[in-house]
Amino acid sequence: MPFYEHIIISRPDISPQQVDELVEGVTTLITQKGGKVGKVEYWGLRNLAYRINKTRKGHYSLINIDAPAPAVHEMERLQRINENVMLYMTIAVDELDESPSPILARRERDEKKQRARAESNEMEY
Amino acid sequence: MMTSKFTISNLPSRRPFARRRKVCPFSGDQPPKIDFKDVKLLQRYLSEKGKIVPSRITAVSQKKQRELAKAIKRARVLALLPYHVV
Repeated sequence: MPFYEHIIISRPDISPQQVDELVEGVTTLITQKGGKVGKVEYWGLRNLAYRINKTRKGHYSLINIDAPAPAVHEMERLQRINENVMLYMTIAVDELDESPSPILARRERDEKKQRARAESNEMEY
Repeated sequence: MMTSKFTISNLPSRRPFARRRKVCPFSGDQPPKIDFKDVKLLQRYLSEKGKIVPSRITAVSQKKQRELAKAIKRARVLALLPYHVV
């Protein structure tokens, strides 16, 4: 079945739990319609590069979908109605890569560096 | 009388702007994958004003420049990259 990468930007004033519920809603819908959901990522509350509807931040989440087109079409229709979703984008891709996307990979690398530096400082005392 | 060394053929021509063969950064072995989510990679091909730098300056091959432009435009729609920096 075709592969899709789906990105949702939801409003900043909803809690991360609500964002998870939103994403779970998408996954249940897709599995009901005979599709499969691969990697789900939550990039957190990020600053937007420019203001959208007077808001400056947004919850970014990424979902890898392997589903027939009608399922994706239905999911998009629901997201148009959903008020919490500020913006979404579905992109058909040839293959889904399950490795963490660049944004998360970079964050993990920075954390590892900080931890390494912290340990090295402790050893000096 | 010393024959003048400047004959028509070896007049010192203005040295053309020395341009070394720049290599497309996406052509080597396992080049970085162009992806609209990879903001750090895309930012390297944007000017300070946030505009896409032409491939004659970044020496990116034509095919990769099209992929790059598409990824940058997608990142802009998703507000990962600005349309213009004031």
